[in-house]
Amino acid sequence: MTLASYDPRVLKSNAPVPGAPDNWKRFFSFNTDAKVIGIQYITVAIFFLLIGGLLAMIMRGELITPENDLVDRTVYNGLYTMHGTIMLFMFIFPVLNGLNNLLIPTMIGAPDMAFPKLNAVAFWLVPIFGVILISSFLLPGGPANSGWWSYPPVSTQNPLGNFVSGEGMWLTAVALSGVSSIMGAVNFVTTIIRMRAPGMTFFRMPIFIWTVWAAQTLQLIGLPALTGGAIMLLFDLVVGTSFFQPEGGGDPVLYQHFFWFYSHPAVYVIILPVFGIFSELFSCHSRKPVFGYKFVALASFAIVFLGLIVWVHHFFPSGVPEWMRNLFMVTTMLISVPTGVKVFAWLATIWGGKLRLNTPMLFSLGGLFNFVFAGVTGIMLATVPIDIHVNNTYFVVGHFHYVIYGAAVMGIYAAIYHWFPKFTGRMYYEGLGKLHFFLTFIGTNLNFFPMHPLGLMGMPRRVSSYDPEFTFWNVVASLGSFLLGVSIIPFLLNMISSWVRGPQAPQNPWNAIGLEWLLPSPPPAENFEENVPTVISGPYGYGTGKPLVENQAAYETQSPLEA
Amino acid sequence: MTSSPPSRINVSALAIVSVWTGVLVVFSFWMSRQAYRWLPVQASTAAPLVDGLFSFETALATFVFFGVVSVMGWVVLFNRAEKYDTSDAEPVEGNTKLEIIWTVIPALIVFGIAFYSVRVNQKLAVLGPMEHIHRGDPIEEVGGFLGDRLPAEQVEVTARQWSWQFNYPDAKVSSTELHLPVDKPVTFRLVSEDVIHGFYVPAFRLKQDIIPGRAINLNLTPTREGRYRLRDSMYSGTWFSTNQADVVVESEEEYSDWLKQAATQPLQPGLSDAIIEYKQRQSEGARGWPTVVPAPAPMVNVPGSNQLPHNG
Repeated sequence: MTLASYDPRVLKSNAPVPGAPDNWKRFFSFNTDAKVIGIQYITVAIFFLLIGGLLAMIMRGELITPENDLVDRTVYNGLYTMHGTIMLFMFIFPVLNGLNNLLIPTMIGAPDMAFPKLNAVAFWLVPIFGVILISSFLLPGGPANSGWWSYPPVSTQNPLGNFVSGEGMWLTAVALSGVSSIMGAVNFVTTIIRMRAPGMTFFRMPIFIWTVWAAQTLQLIGLPALTGGAIMLLFDLVVGTSFFQPEGGGDPVLYQHFFWFYSHPAVYVIILPVFGIFSELFSCHSRKPVFGYKFVALASFAIVFLGLIVWVHHFFPSGVPEWMRNLFMVTTMLISVPTGVKVFAWLATIWGGKLRLNTPMLFSLGGLFNFVFAGVTGIMLATVPIDIHVNNTYFVVGHFHYVIYGAAVMGIYAAIYHWFPKFTGRMYYEGLGKLHFFLTFIGTNLNFFPMHPLGLMGMPRRVSSYDPEFTFWNVVASLGSFLLGVSIIPFLLNMISSWVRGPQAPQNPWNAIGLEWLLPSPPPAENFEENVPTVISGPYGYGTGKPLVENQAAYETQSPLEA
Repeated sequence: MTSSPPSRINVSALAIVSVWTGVLVVFSFWMSRQAYRWLPVQASTAAPLVDGLFSFETALATFVFFGVVSVMGWVVLFNRAEKYDTSDAEPVEGNTKLEIIWTVIPALIVFGIAFYSVRVNQKLAVLGPMEHIHRGDPIEEVGGFLGDRLPAEQVEVTARQWSWQFNYPDAKVSSTELHLPVDKPVTFRLVSEDVIHGFYVPAFRLKQDIIPGRAINLNLTPTREGRYRLRDSMYSGTWFSTNQADVVVESEEEYSDWLKQAATQPLQPGLSDAIIEYKQRQSEGARGWPTVVPAPAPMVNVPGSNQLPHNG
């Protein structure tokens, strides 16, 4: 591989280019190129995925026997708290923001984000609060240990009484994460609304852009509640206010409202872009247009609207009145309607298609399988009488790991494989990718399915020891978790070796339709620069032969060297 | 605009779909019977209602899940592209009628489930389990019991980090093992002395968070004699996992005998696994991170046991 085969614009820019001089340095700097920031986000996120996964495997090691025999109970509580926090705030939000950074400007034909510096600040907050969070392991009092919900009063019990406590650092990190996500959301929404290529009307935007727009709107509406709640709790903890302390006249349930008013929509912030990924990939790899494009696009905003009015379903057994239980049960169940629209549309998209079962497609299909399973257990959880029984049991843990790992993370893997050639300029190895898929799919189901029978039997979540009748399914789950740990190895091997010495990627290896595929691989810093194409048709012209942009042939045949 | 050719009714395809749908319906029905076996024994009047709802939703869930998976399986088996086939598929962009159908039918099903669930909720409310004081009434204002409309046995439940205490005010008996007469309504008055705990008896299908600063009333009627687990369902700190107690449901005679017997016993420290573990931990040099010290074991007439085999 020689550098000469790259577009000269690419080489002189500070965009990510394998083999370019000082390529690695641009990833350690305050770089304002969305493509650099995207890769920064994804790399940092995967680093934290490894840490969070390691903590989970220690927990599963503890739970492979009924007795508390591997780690001290205080350590177990710290582990499960940090596992949840790291996976959500340090892995899944950053990795999605990484995809947003890579895909939003290139898919809509913008040169960069609307506010590149804000974008870089939002990213650099991630390692800052990551260090704050991880360094709380070194405190004499240990890290936060009251779960990722951090419900008071248990979260404000501070046995050492030190001013700097694990809980305090946790709250600081979560508040900073909120600030970072709000900065990101402002950027993404503005870019989508203001910077689309000429001719790209709202109903010509790719579904991924629709879903990101919907998800980031949710961030803007919901995050202030969580960030505010976290700051109030921090005040309760360090300066002795009593927003949530019953002895001072506060109400602990109020915190639960603040927390879930954001943290339920947060699930949709995570899953909506993954729905977008499924739509893109099912369409591309089965060579058919997205079925019912407008319905699918608008369903995203129906989910946003309903997602904002369901939060109480997280604490039905808490002190909430009967009418609230019934109301929030109905709104929660209604979400399954727009979600069902999306699922049926995916099935109709792949139906009668010409499927190519490569790694991105396998991950999408596996993700859909897991998502449907999570969906049907979700309806059960929405039903108040059933929820009263299984709330705070392993049934809930199983359900949300099917959503978050089974559907969202599988979808994210699919996206990483699908767009890897575009943004690194290299192809990945298909064999390793498929191995990664099968290990992940089997590991996910082995790990998370057993949690459902455990929850139905009445095993509470967050326990570090349990009654012997729960042993069998816990052993199965633990073995599954170790398999999931192994599954990450082919992924890392594939990404690193392909990035370093994979075969050079063509402009459009999947023969996909979309503005990003009209750019060289990797795209130059300003994407289309002055030659922004004019969009003349909808985003999924598979099989119709309709060109996407004016003068399409020029963009397609343009060999990077002639540009 | 290329319109797809009008789909002809293919008799063999229709037969396959009908037969497969029939298989799925039978399978879903079978799963709904199985669902009862995944749950603990039914030991309260609430349990059959909850289980009936769960069984019904299991049938629906099975049908939807395996229906979707069947379509995916068919596509993966029969709609794969040939190895060197780079052509596109037939560009079907949508079908408004179909899209309306798959919006309206799930909506109707969802309203059906919601209606059924609200009905069950109302029945449960009449039985008691869903009824409680929900606003921040200070304990002193609440005073007595609000379950007056039910001639219920009254038990005060105090949750602590990390033990359960049950007081029988009429009999002046206290215990760390909960005894209840079968087929008699009982009213619990739930109070927490420190953090949020969860009163959860899986065999009763019943759970209520206990919020510090409030007294929450909870009614239920046990229906099956046996020994069951009460578990703390809301994470409450270091020894959360050990915060369990046993619930003994017995005949009325056995229950009144137990009360009489208990009233004669002097007060003694009740059960608290947390204290045992805490002492052991201190003697081993307290590895791990600092912890809240467990509250002293409550002084009760009957400590009971949490080591005996339980039914659920």
